[in-house]
Amino acid sequence: MKAKIYVTLKDGIHDPQGRAVQQSLHMMGFDGVQDVRMGKFLEVDLQATEKESAEIQIKSMCQKLLANVVIEDFRYELIDP
Amino acid sequence: MGLVDKRLNVWNEHFPSSKELGHDLLNIGIIVFPGSNCDRDCAHVVSKVMGQSAHFIWHQETSVKGMDAIVLPGGFSYGDYLRTGSIARFSPIMETVIEFANRGGLVLGICNGFQILLEAGLLPGAMLRNKDLSFICEEVYVRVENSDTPFTNQCQPGQILKLPIAHADGNYYTDPVTLSALQANAQIIFRYCDEDGNAMSTANPNGSLDNIAGIRNSQGNVLGLMPHPERCAEMILGNQDGLPIFKSLLTSLKGNASVSV
Repeated sequence: MKAKIYVTLKDGIHDPQGRAVQQSLHMMGFDGVQDVRMGKFLEVDLQATEKESAEIQIKSMCQKLLANVVIEDFRYELIDP
Repeated sequence: MGLVDKRLNVWNEHFPSSKELGHDLLNIGIIVFPGSNCDRDCAHVVSKVMGQSAHFIWHQETSVKGMDAIVLPGGFSYGDYLRTGSIARFSPIMETVIEFANRGGLVLGICNGFQILLEAGLLPGAMLRNKDLSFICEEVYVRVENSDTPFTNQCQPGQILKLPIAHADGNYYTDPVTLSALQANAQIIFRYCDEDGNAMSTANPNGSLDNIAGIRNSQGNVLGLMPHPERCAEMILGNQDGLPIFKSLLTSLKGNASVSV
């Protein structure tokens, strides 16, 4: 079972990297860019074949390691092989 | 014997343990993660400057038995992969460090050590990338906000220390409720300031909330700070403003800070 995990900064958390990218885009002529927020994308390949068991594991991984829940949110998609 | 064991043994030869020097020395455990690089500076200050016993503890050890205090040194543990300190936080030694802290043991986290303490939940909040995105390597001024702690009892309240910083992720953040609690409980120990002691935004090198450079936990036995006191504890380096922090630790553990410095 594959999991696609998206880790993003919570709303209101200052994102200087996103701002730097936005400024670069503006300089390149993409004036219509109003905001850029940068996050992380992870792909985790699990041995588990049942969605329920995989979900429990992925959620735990996200809460403990993959996301810092003080400053980040996470969401995931489980994909059948 | 693995390469790591060999190297730690060589280091431990240069920093004799209390077995050789007698049991009246304090034993300070310095945790070494893969990527830690300030461990030897810490050991140098503990043993050569403070005259105590420094012990390197590899991150895969599971005991801190015999240690009077623990230091989590600076560096780039696990290359700062994923998030700085996020992987070191799960090293085998950390379970013991957390138990040691929960029992009231003194724990000092410097720079990456502070980041690991945050990830481990031993201190509240988190570190963000520096506001201006640069890795900042310079001397800054910090003001001692609370001199009634095991790490600052040899400082005057409001004392200004000039300490070097070297970090890319020193932008401290916490939610408004926690920030109020830190302020109310005198848990903010160091704030970035100018040389006159004004904690203004222009004196803040990395954008950290409320100019926070170092905090303690509510119990008061765990301190994290971004600046490096171990890099300025001897006059030969031109600056010994870091010395009071180590003297405070010594005083707290021994009852006095008499050393031949």
